[in-house]
Parts: sequence; structure tokens; C-alpha cells
Amino acid sequence: MTAVSVQAVSQIFNQGHTDEVTALSDVDLTVAPGEFVSLIGPSGCGKSTLLRLIADLITPTSGTVEVNGKPAEKARLDQEYGIAFQQAGLFEWRTVQRNVELPLELRGQSRAERRSRTAEMLELVGLTDFARHYPAQLSGGMQQRVAIARALAVHPPLLLMDEPFGALDEMTRERLQTELLAICAKTGTSTIFVTHSISEAVFLSNRVVVMSPRPGRITATADIDLPSPRDEAVRQSPAFFDAVTTVRKALRAAA
Amino acid sequence: MRRALSVVIGLVVMVALWEGYKAVGNPDGTVLFGTRVLPRADDLSMPHVWDMLSRFGRPELTGGRPVWQAVLSATLFTLGITALGFVAGAVVGLVLAIAMQRFRIVERGLLPYVILSQTVPLVALAPLIAGWSGNLSFGAYPWQDWMTVAVISAYLSFFPVAVGMLRGLQSPHVSGVELMRSYAAGWWRTLVKLRLPASLPYLFPALRLAGAAAVVGAVVGEISTGTRGGIGRLILEYSREATSDPAKVYTAMVGAALLGLVVAGLVSLLELPLMRHRRRVTVVTM
Repeated sequence: MTAVSVQAVSQIFNQGHTDEVTALSDVDLTVAPGEFVSLIGPSGCGKSTLLRLIADLITPTSGTVEVNGKPAEKARLDQEYGIAFQQAGLFEWRTVQRNVELPLELRGQSRAERRSRTAEMLELVGLTDFARHYPAQLSGGMQQRVAIARALAVHPPLLLMDEPFGALDEMTRERLQTELLAICAKTGTSTIFVTHSISEAVFLSNRVVVMSPRPGRITATADIDLPSPRDEAVRQSPAFFDAVTTVRKALRAAA
Repeated sequence: MRRALSVVIGLVVMVALWEGYKAVGNPDGTVLFGTRVLPRADDLSMPHVWDMLSRFGRPELTGGRPVWQAVLSATLFTLGITALGFVAGAVVGLVLAIAMQRFRIVERGLLPYVILSQTVPLVALAPLIAGWSGNLSFGAYPWQDWMTVAVISAYLSFFPVAVGMLRGLQSPHVSGVELMRSYAAGWWRTLVKLRLPASLPYLFPALRLAGAAAVVGAVVGEISTGTRGGIGRLILEYSREATSDPAKVYTAMVGAALLGLVVAGLVSLLELPLMRHRRRVTVVTM
């Protein structure tokens, strides 16, 4: 079974109007369980649209999207995925603890279950001591870690991330990348990760999917064969730079 | 403690301004090119603060109850009507805002009328509502004058709540709405978990405005319907004696001001427990 299967998907916004935009054209993508796939491409290439289609936040104009063998809508209703956006999007009136609890609350889990699961998640992202803080009291990097904890709280088999580290500084970004890989390895979660950054995509992924705009389509995929666990040594290795070059060339060719 | 001090300082400054103008202002007012630009500063127009205060202690009419008692009981009477109007208005405003958020078409259809409703002059509206008194009853209870006043008060106070609350309900970032959708939460749960809490920073300023509007509505409503027993009526009665007893009407105005303060205070009390997260803002960096 595949974690995600996107087949012949096209997405046209404002169809039939003068401002009609073809965001995606005939896209196919499959993600294996436990695989980490990055979507990369220039602005307007439809990578966020593709992520939203998989999340069933929008419905494709044509084609089919399946998550964990279920149609996208059923998968959403069953909470088969967790999602994190560029803005951490924490609820400012809830403490860190209660933010992470939110998806569990909506699933109708008992208080005790929620408590233990949240404690586990905050431990995972290293924020146990900040459970009772409010989001406004945390730095951007910490907020994003809370968002990741929230996305993983229901133990979804799939994690969808839309430029989650886009607004962070380089240092925090690299630290969170390492943390994210560790978390995904530990939980066995499949991940689709949208990014602008070539090095981020290469460092994180088993496979980098290169997209091009107008209309958005997949122009190349690059398998990234780097040792794991990926650490600082990997970041410095010739193989890493080779992979970066490969992806860069693919992006150039697509543009 | 510091707040209490600033309240005292504020009062002292106001008294100083009043008495200061009385001391230096022209008793007949300052007239420039035939227009009075500064008010008269004589005892008839601007009685001394201590005259007003001492007037509270003396009887309303010879042998009657002291003025402070009359003002206090009138203020309490109007407070009851104001509270009723305020709560009714806030509930109506809330329901309208939720309906407008839920259905785009309701927003488009209703919002112009909501705004239009506030341009109808109050004095035109009051007799209209008062006219219900003969035709309406709740079972055995006939329509009362104070109900008219409460309706006017509610009519003025629903508006800021409806507009402010609509803004608040629409305030969540799209990522928050998408997040709720990703949790398979429907409209109702999105409302309860996301939109309502997110709207609180918009709701409280709106409630403050609504509180002030409810007081104005109640006072003006009492005056224009001739309802007895409230502070509006008292202001009207006392102002008739303004030439012989100028300090008296100011005691009633102090009562009305007090009423406004009490309502504003009640809204603040409501706000304290609900807005805890706004108070602690020290950012932890690591």
C-alpha cells in the first residue's frame, strides 16, 4: 500500500472566468510509507496547491488523490494526516499544552489520554518545560516545534508540511531539520515537505520532486542517496553537494 | 493600587479644571464676533464642585428625602433597565454576527440594515416602541414603560456588538481555518474552538461601546417616554429647577456618570478571566 497516491490530477482555479489559472496540470505522485518527499519549485509552481489537494483542503478539478489507500476526503475525516504551515498558526488563547491537545480534543479523547499523549509529543520536540506557556511567549522556532507536535499528536501515518521553516533563521532552521528527521524516523511517519530551499530539500528527503510553473507540473524527481542518520557530517559531504547540484540543474532546466 | 491612584488624580485634575475655569473665566462667557466661544462661568451655569457635593446631603424638597437617596435609587432603577437592555442587545448582536459569518448572503443582505438602524433618530423611535404598550402583553403582564426603555437601550447596544463581533469571527487566519478543516471539524466546532475565542479581542471593545450606548439609550429612552423612577427622569425634573437650584441637576448627572462607570466596570470584570493570555507577554528565547 502507498502512503499517498496522486493520479492525473489537474487543478484549475476560477474555471470559465477571465482570471482562470491552471495551478496543476496532469500531476502523478506516489509516496511510499515512511518515505520523506520534498516538493520544490519556484513560486507559483503549484507545490502548495498539491499539498492542499492531498490534505483535501481543496478538491481537484480532475484526477484522484488517495491517502493510505482511502480517497482524500475520507482520509481527512479519519485524520490520516497531520499538517503544519509556514505560520505556526498556534491558537494564542491556548497554552502550548492545550494547543497540542486540540486535535485530540476534536477526536473526543479523554482528558487523561490527551494529557499523556501531549506530554509524549512535547518530550519529542523538547518543549516539556514550556507546556504552560502561551504561544506569544515563545520564539518563532519554538512555536514551529509546537506546531509539529500538534501535527503529530494523533500519530498520523502522514505528515504534510508547507514551508514550515520558511520564516525561521538559518541556524534554527538547520536544528529543526535534524530534529524533524529524528522525529520522523522514530514515528515512522511518511512526510511531504514543501520548500523553496534546495539544501533543505536535499538534506531532509529520500526523494526531491522538482516542479515548474505555468502550468504547475512535475518536471523531474531526484532520489537522494545519503547515509542516515543525516547529521552535520552529511551536510559537509561531497555527496550532499552533488545532490544539491543535481536538484539545482533540474530546477534550472524546468524554468 | 496604582490604578486607584490614577483614578484619584484624574478626578482631582477634572475638579481643578472646572474650578480653574470658574476662577479665570468671564462670568458672562466670552463672545467673539457675536458667537459665544467660551461658556458662562457664573454660579448659575457652573456651580462650585463643593456646592454640588453638599447638595447631595440636603433634601430634595423641603422635608423630603435627601438628594443622594433620590439619585441613588434612580440610578439603581436605570441600572436594572440598562443591564437588561445591554444583555438583550449583546445577545442579539452576537446572534446576528454569527448568522452573518455563517451565511455570506445574510451578511450582504443584513449589514446595510444593521447600519441603517443606527441612523434612525432615537426620539422618532421612542414613541413608536412606546405605542406597543397598548397592544402588547406577555400573558397576564401588560407592556410596561420600562420595557420600552429597555428595548431602546438594547436597540442602541446591539449595533457595536454585531459589527465588532462579525469582524472578530472573521479574524482567524486562513491557516487556522484550514487546520480545523484538516481535523475534520465542521462549522460548529470551528466556531466554538476557533472563531469565538479569536473574536474575544474584538468583542470586549465592542461590549464597552455597547455598554455606553445602553446607558445613553436608557437615559434618553426614559426622558422621551416619560418613564418615572429612573435617572433620565431625574435629570429632566432637576433641570427644571436649574435657575433656582443650579447644583441640583449636576447631582443627577453625577448619577448618570456613575451608571456609565458601573457598566464599564462590569464589562472589565467579564474581560479579566477571559483574556489571561494577553497579560503575560515576556518572550522566551532559546
